[in-house]
Amino acid sequence: MVQELAIPLYDEVVNGFNKLLSDQGVTRQESSSVRQARQSAFERFKELGFPTTKNEDWKYTNITRFLKDEFAIAGTDHSAAGHSADGGHDSFTATTAALLEQSAIDALDCYRIVLVNGVWHGKKADEAYPSGVQLFTVAEARLDPAFSGYFERSAEFEKNHFTALNAALYTDGLFIRVGAGASPDKPLHIVHVYTSAHNLLVQPRHVVLVNKNASLSIIESVVSGDGAAGSGASGPGQGAGGAQVGGGAKIFVNSLMEIIVQPDARMDHTIIQTSGKATRLVQHITVRQKRQSLYNNFTFTFPGADLVRNELTLRLEEEHTESHLYGLYLLGGQQLVDNHTLVDHQKPSCHSNELYKGVLLEKSVGVFNGKVYVHKDAQKTNAFQQNNNLVISKKATINSKPQLEIFADDVKCSHGSTVGQFSEDALFYLRARGIGEDTAKGLLINAFAFDITEKIGIPALRAHINHLIEGQIPVTTEDLV
Amino acid sequence: MLSIKNLHAEVEEKQILKGINLEVKAGEVHAIMGPNGSGKSSLASVLAGRQNYIVTEGEVIFKGRNLLDQAPEVRAREGLFLAFQYPIEIPGVSNINFLKTALSEIRAYKNLPPLDAKEFLRLTKEKQKLVEFDARLVNRSLNEGFSGGEKKRNEILQLAMLEPELAILDETDSGLDIDALRIVSKGVNKLRSDKNAFIIITHYQRLLEYIVPDFVHVLYDGRIVKSGTKDLALELEEKGYDWLKEEAHGKGSLETAAI
Repeated sequence: MVQELAIPLYDEVVNGFNKLLSDQGVTRQESSSVRQARQSAFERFKELGFPTTKNEDWKYTNITRFLKDEFAIAGTDHSAAGHSADGGHDSFTATTAALLEQSAIDALDCYRIVLVNGVWHGKKADEAYPSGVQLFTVAEARLDPAFSGYFERSAEFEKNHFTALNAALYTDGLFIRVGAGASPDKPLHIVHVYTSAHNLLVQPRHVVLVNKNASLSIIESVVSGDGAAGSGASGPGQGAGGAQVGGGAKIFVNSLMEIIVQPDARMDHTIIQTSGKATRLVQHITVRQKRQSLYNNFTFTFPGADLVRNELTLRLEEEHTESHLYGLYLLGGQQLVDNHTLVDHQKPSCHSNELYKGVLLEKSVGVFNGKVYVHKDAQKTNAFQQNNNLVISKKATINSKPQLEIFADDVKCSHGSTVGQFSEDALFYLRARGIGEDTAKGLLINAFAFDITEKIGIPALRAHINHLIEGQIPVTTEDLV
Repeated sequence: MLSIKNLHAEVEEKQILKGINLEVKAGEVHAIMGPNGSGKSSLASVLAGRQNYIVTEGEVIFKGRNLLDQAPEVRAREGLFLAFQYPIEIPGVSNINFLKTALSEIRAYKNLPPLDAKEFLRLTKEKQKLVEFDARLVNRSLNEGFSGGEKKRNEILQLAMLEPELAILDETDSGLDIDALRIVSKGVNKLRSDKNAFIIITHYQRLLEYIVPDFVHVLYDGRIVKSGTKDLALELEEKGYDWLKEEAHGKGSLETAAI
């Protein structure tokens, strides 16, 4: 594709792929079907290229400027992998430690594991893991005949640009398997740390398998450095046109997670994105729900990362499933944050409920695209969707697009989208009681988020999220330059 | 305490206050009565600092300082309180957190240390008892799901908690049944002292049977057209407002003739 020639990353991924599949590449021990899956996904990626605003799904999310830099591709050869793991030893570990501290959730009783640039370095002696839960690295699982089936060709992942790229080039990630009937006593906190001394493309691949009658609660925290690297004056975002690396390294994360929730199983899934600036985060999650399963997703995005694209796809493959999708995005600076959800009602009597709320500060841009698709066979579907936005700055933008496509005739579906500002009456009422304007606005932002935060079942987690919201307060309503 | 001189104000380019003069001293209770649309609630809004009201002429001095220069929160911290005619429901802001935040900001303004959780709860309980408002406030959103009467009583609770020097009650009696009216009045009477003052805006004389005012003023067409003692309220009850309207218009045309 002609347009791709302008993107250095395109050539880099082609080179990276060739290295990966060479005789010395890290995929040489994979089964032929796993390698074929990579080949097929890569052919597909070459057809699709990187998305542009001409693609309907990327209409409001122009990523061209985020692809201009040169990136090393993590995992494709030894030098890149080695560099990312050990580069600048002292500063690297110091950054990681600081990021780990940032991700900690006070008073949360949980199991915790840490992935650095998508790689889990295995169980540490002093770490305990939930019983009934097996944890592997994807580097192991893709070679293991018992699990390699999860890495075979998937039409699902050949549907879009970034999932195809990940399916071609991933090398590592986390594989979680919860045995039938197992029900861990505490949630599993997974901390994703992204840090690098040089520009890096990281493509983690994760698989979560919750077997029959089992339950699992995971909390994922995504943290990364702000790319400042000590040179205070030259922040990222400046020199956007140049290929300069000064001002810190940029990290592009293209993550892919597949979740299978087997019959009568339950999964609670919370994602907290507090990544630093100079991070570009593209995250795709496909959830496949089986009969009478329950899946709850909470996605929280806070100021930081320059670009966040969350794609959450729910395939309701069997009857009587229940799903709840809650999203809260509180955006600042010049962030571009895009939440794309798809709830695919394939079978009858499934219930889905979606509520996404956004608060947009400064010059941030938000995109919400929520699609509910009800197949002809999916009678007695209940599907609800709502997106509400509070646009606080005059220079902030929200693009909200609810989509409902229904081919069955006996369903209950609704969707709605609102964009508003602070209620002047509410603000005046609070101020008339002596509450300062900034504090009053903070209270109203908390109140706006309350519909989401009140749904969080774990008190320590709810307190953590409220704390993160309050961290953005007092809000600057002046339009920042 | 409060001195209003020749106050003119407009809202949405409509002149609504046309030269109000009023002096309120500590320890006094003033009632402001008048027909619909005479400017009673507008006066309350201007004093509290509602943004869409624009003062075009005149001045308001509160405790020796220009009130009109001050942001609404500063007026509140200085000791001015408006009990809203229509208290706002704010889902997601809890009553308790709201009270705590308001109290701590007012205390900080006065260089007082914040109350600790225990002291705050004790104070809340004490004030709830004082104004006979026993609604559960913890884990309930501000005014959400409150009946009309409960909202008004919540305003009086806030009044009791924040201990303002000047309280303006904007039609606090509207929508109250006789029992609620009695309870609200009792609360206000307990809060009266020689250090604070009240401006009570009402349509009806009924409230003034419970909260006896020192002065009664009649507002008509943006001006105070008559002032008197509590007997004026009784006279209004008997005769209605029409005689005052005629008097005001007569006076107005006389003035015009003189020019």
